[in-house]
Amino acid sequence: MKGRLACAVLMAPFFVLLVTVFLVPTGTAVWLSFFAADQPGLGFGPESTVFVGLRSYLAVLSDPTFLNGLLTVVLYCLLYIPLMVVGALTLALLLDSGVAKLRSWAQMSLYLPHAVPGIIAALIWLYLYTPGLSPIVDLFARADIQINFLGIDTVLPSIVNIALWSNLGYNMVIFYAALQAVPREVLEASVVDGAGPVKQAVRIKAPLVRGAIVTVGIFTLIWALQLFTEPVLLSQSTPMISARFSPSMYIYDAAFTRNNYGLAAAASVVLLAFTIALSYGVTRWTNRKAI
Amino acid sequence: MTLLGRTTVNVVVGISVLYTLLPVMWLVLAATKNVDALFNSDLFGGFSLVENVQNLFAMDKGLYGRWYLNSLLYAVFGAAVSAFISIAAGYAFDKYAFRHKEKLFGLVLAAVMVPQTVLALPLYLMASEAGLVNTFWAVFIPALFNPFGVYLGRIFAQGYVPDEVLEAARIDGAGDLATYFKVALRMLGPGLVTLFLFQLTTIWNNFFLPMVMLSDQLLYPVSLGLYQWNSSATVSPEYYPVVIMGSLFAVLPLILAFMLLQRFWKAGMTAGAVK
Repeated sequence: MKGRLACAVLMAPFFVLLVTVFLVPTGTAVWLSFFAADQPGLGFGPESTVFVGLRSYLAVLSDPTFLNGLLTVVLYCLLYIPLMVVGALTLALLLDSGVAKLRSWAQMSLYLPHAVPGIIAALIWLYLYTPGLSPIVDLFARADIQINFLGIDTVLPSIVNIALWSNLGYNMVIFYAALQAVPREVLEASVVDGAGPVKQAVRIKAPLVRGAIVTVGIFTLIWALQLFTEPVLLSQSTPMISARFSPSMYIYDAAFTRNNYGLAAAASVVLLAFTIALSYGVTRWTNRKAI
Repeated sequence: MTLLGRTTVNVVVGISVLYTLLPVMWLVLAATKNVDALFNSDLFGGFSLVENVQNLFAMDKGLYGRWYLNSLLYAVFGAAVSAFISIAAGYAFDKYAFRHKEKLFGLVLAAVMVPQTVLALPLYLMASEAGLVNTFWAVFIPALFNPFGVYLGRIFAQGYVPDEVLEAARIDGAGDLATYFKVALRMLGPGLVTLFLFQLTTIWNNFFLPMVMLSDQLLYPVSLGLYQWNSSATVSPEYYPVVIMGSLFAVLPLILAFMLLQRFWKAGMTAGAVK
């Protein structure tokens, strides 16, 4: 009985937070998505909230700017996640191979961008994309190559680059730690069987850290679907990024620029459902491949 | 391995290191330059480090210093409180048995998946109902919630606090709470530092929530302040050196914390991914 009280005391602060900043807001988002502000009498009467059923959902799902945002974020994921996972895993395998020099120094340098806040990473790269400010654009210009990092076709890869730069080292460290946990006997056995270093890395080591790959993949996916900070910052400098560029930007725009809470809530629930469905799909897919 | 193989490995690692380091080096270099040198991509001319620092703290009546203090307050104070809350819950999940425990834990893990943008509008409306919009608390309280920290806390409790120790304390007649605060919490020290660092990074990075909640510039954290100054820079270029210098200052605390407490940082990341 006494133990039960202690358990409740230890958990209480967290569960108060869980309810107030997670469960109630999630419930409110769902509730809001079924209601809309209605002003009777040509907008002169008192504002009231009325049940509108699925009207907000229909509005969101038939809004080309929302669907475009969803498509943008899907393209972003397709570009970003494979590059991130393959890049971080390759670097971890190279560092684990024992051939790389100055290993811990290289790891520190690769990890460094993770200590740079997202908005600042976006600022640094925005300036490196801006003609006049950027030594990179300048260098290309000297070689007579005109390159516009913020053009219609380049702006998405430019955003992918910012995210990649920020997180590559972080995920590399996770993979590296998983690789260090691979039993040395397994590796020795594969050498006896005649596996070269490349074959060993691809056929033996990589499959053994599958768990870490799936974890990194899913976390990267969840974060990628929330795409907001980088495009919002870049939108200050390029007309190629509209106020509804990604679903998260759409939600912000609907809620705080257009003050359409029902629409924003419906878009939030769609984004949430999309996130859950994709994470679940990826988990199922990777589990099936294991069998 | 062949010489060619070795060379390839080191070249690939070397290029990756340059990729991650060069933008940071550019930031450091750019912070020392005046506007003219900046816009001529003049890498070594126009040295004005001291003026840039002075301008940074003088711009808009010294707003930057205020933002910096706000960020420190949000991040350091918030991360400390959050770490204690998360580790206590994680510990309770590991050491006590109760009905539907794993279902409840599943709910905690599910919370990791829910996007911040989904919660922002309801949180804004709730804060506005409670009269907290545009106050310190509107940004501070939601940042205390760290479900991933509870997950890590459970793993740490499992690893660092053996059940025998708790059993011995119980036989000695110590109450459960006294045991937690006097014995277990001390053993969980390294885990606590890890959770603190994790949340410090998250809160220092926080951008979306302050953007939604705050309209008073005096309450802004550095991230939101620099965002606003950057939008001013597109109109008046004298803001550029200030934003660059401000970015450099904003990067320092995390790099410092990371270097001083590297051991704990790594422990948390690997515990989360490998287990």
